[in-house]
Amino acid sequence: MNRRFLYFVERNFLVWRKLLIPSLVANLADPLIYLVGFGFGLGAMLGPVGGRPYVTFLAGGMLCYSTLNSATAEALYSGFSRLKVQRTWEGVLHAPMTITDVVLGEWVWAALKAVLSGSAILIIMYGLQLVHGFRPLVVLPLLLLLGLSFAGVALIMTTLAKSYDFFTYYFTLALTPMSFLSGVFFPLQQLPAPLQTVAWCLPLSHAASLARGLVLGDPMPWPWLSVLVLATYGVAGVSIASRLAYRRLTK
Amino acid sequence: MSAVAPVLRVDRLRKAYGGRDVVRDLSFAVQRGECFGILGPNGAGKTTTLRCCLGLTNPDAGTLELGSRPIPQAAREARYRVGVVPQFDNLDPDFTVTENLVMFARYFDIPARVARARVPSLLEFAGLGDRGASRIDALSGGMKRRLTLARALVNDPDILFLDEPTTGLDPQARHLIWDGLKRLVAGGKTLILTTHFMDEAERLCNRLCVMDNGSIIAEDTPRGLIERLIEPIVVEVYGEGVREWAERYARDVVERLEVTGETAFCYMHDAGPLQGRLGHAPQLRALRRAANLEDVFIKLTGRDIRD
Repeated sequence: MNRRFLYFVERNFLVWRKLLIPSLVANLADPLIYLVGFGFGLGAMLGPVGGRPYVTFLAGGMLCYSTLNSATAEALYSGFSRLKVQRTWEGVLHAPMTITDVVLGEWVWAALKAVLSGSAILIIMYGLQLVHGFRPLVVLPLLLLLGLSFAGVALIMTTLAKSYDFFTYYFTLALTPMSFLSGVFFPLQQLPAPLQTVAWCLPLSHAASLARGLVLGDPMPWPWLSVLVLATYGVAGVSIASRLAYRRLTK
Repeated sequence: MSAVAPVLRVDRLRKAYGGRDVVRDLSFAVQRGECFGILGPNGAGKTTTLRCCLGLTNPDAGTLELGSRPIPQAAREARYRVGVVPQFDNLDPDFTVTENLVMFARYFDIPARVARARVPSLLEFAGLGDRGASRIDALSGGMKRRLTLARALVNDPDILFLDEPTTGLDPQARHLIWDGLKRLVAGGKTLILTTHFMDEAERLCNRLCVMDNGSIIAEDTPRGLIERLIEPIVVEVYGEGVREWAERYARDVVERLEVTGETAFCYMHDAGPLQGRLGHAPQLRALRRAANLEDVFIKLTGRDIRD
């Protein structure tokens, strides 16, 4: 296994470091607003959900939702800027780097950014005293898996896109429905049985199930199956994206 | 016969897009230390040829060897010894000038510390000595081009590929690039450049080929092409009524005559007889000059516009 993709991760990291402060503020402020607004506002009108306050339940889902959004935004918008607008990928290919190196670099980088966003939620959960102790920290490796899973799928869209407008379809037709089907904002059990079956085919429901299991100690129905589903989405996504990138760039 | 293997060998290269051959049956070789030019009108297949040489696109047929490595199979390894100046700048706008150079060196496995030590001499070479901290969008077109050239040198390559290195630049900027390229050739580097500027090719290239419709239609030194393929003296005659004058008075005293718009191009070895014929039309103006590479190019590829 070569590690050339790390050079591209390094490149993205060095650029990100320049915008560290605004990036961190966005990472913390955005989810905080959601959690406080929905969690406490909506939560005050709801009884306990899954045996605990709604805000705690929601935070477990937000952990995944935020990771999903962060991985997706980086792979789609920033990735597409580098692929098409800035021609960064093309430039790197003049050096001894391959298209696979670049796609892997984008994949891992988007996942690392997603870990950061997920960690921000975890910090807020500690801050709001929704979780205690060290046990919830075991979710950190899971966040990386979530990031790789969602970034892998998003990169398919990036390598297919002709313009940024294309991503609207992905959000409207794929991500938004998925986030309402996957037990992020309300328990999956609220859905009719056929929709629950659909939901268990999607990565986000497995993500939410694992996250609540690890952070809040909820029962996880099929933990290893969930890990497998997430890994499959991620690896299949990045493999397809890599092929599409070859088709697109070696024309 | 040279005993040394060429640094680039292209043998019967063919590449088609959508069923149309963009490059067909193309063969040439470049020796170490040469500056080899690929000339051709737009759409002749120059950029596709370069992309095939670098392993950035896969040929449909033919064999390629770059630095004695098979392309595209070992293209990535071959690129360790290669620098590329692409037709359109793809500098990293998220980085400063210096950061661009250092980051690009990293892709060649060069440690950042080593790369940073090389930056001052690269900036000096590119005439960007005091611009290290500048953002890319603060640079002029010529500066970006020179930075791209400097970036292509971060790995101290043996071979440089330049795709239309001076297109879109003003004369001052072009001369600055040419000076840099001449210094590189003098320093022993091999240059392979595409261009449609004949003066550029004539000035820089030891040897060049003219491509049209995907094939090489002539290959020689610039001087050799001019001597072999075209009459040495050109008289350009222009003004109202030039068409009638040319048919009536010039046709029989020149070796070749081309009339386009309001200008007659008269090609010949001896301009004497034509001088007398100019007296028949005092309204016409004439310019006498030596034939150059542009005349060869036009003769070979025609005067039609290519888009």
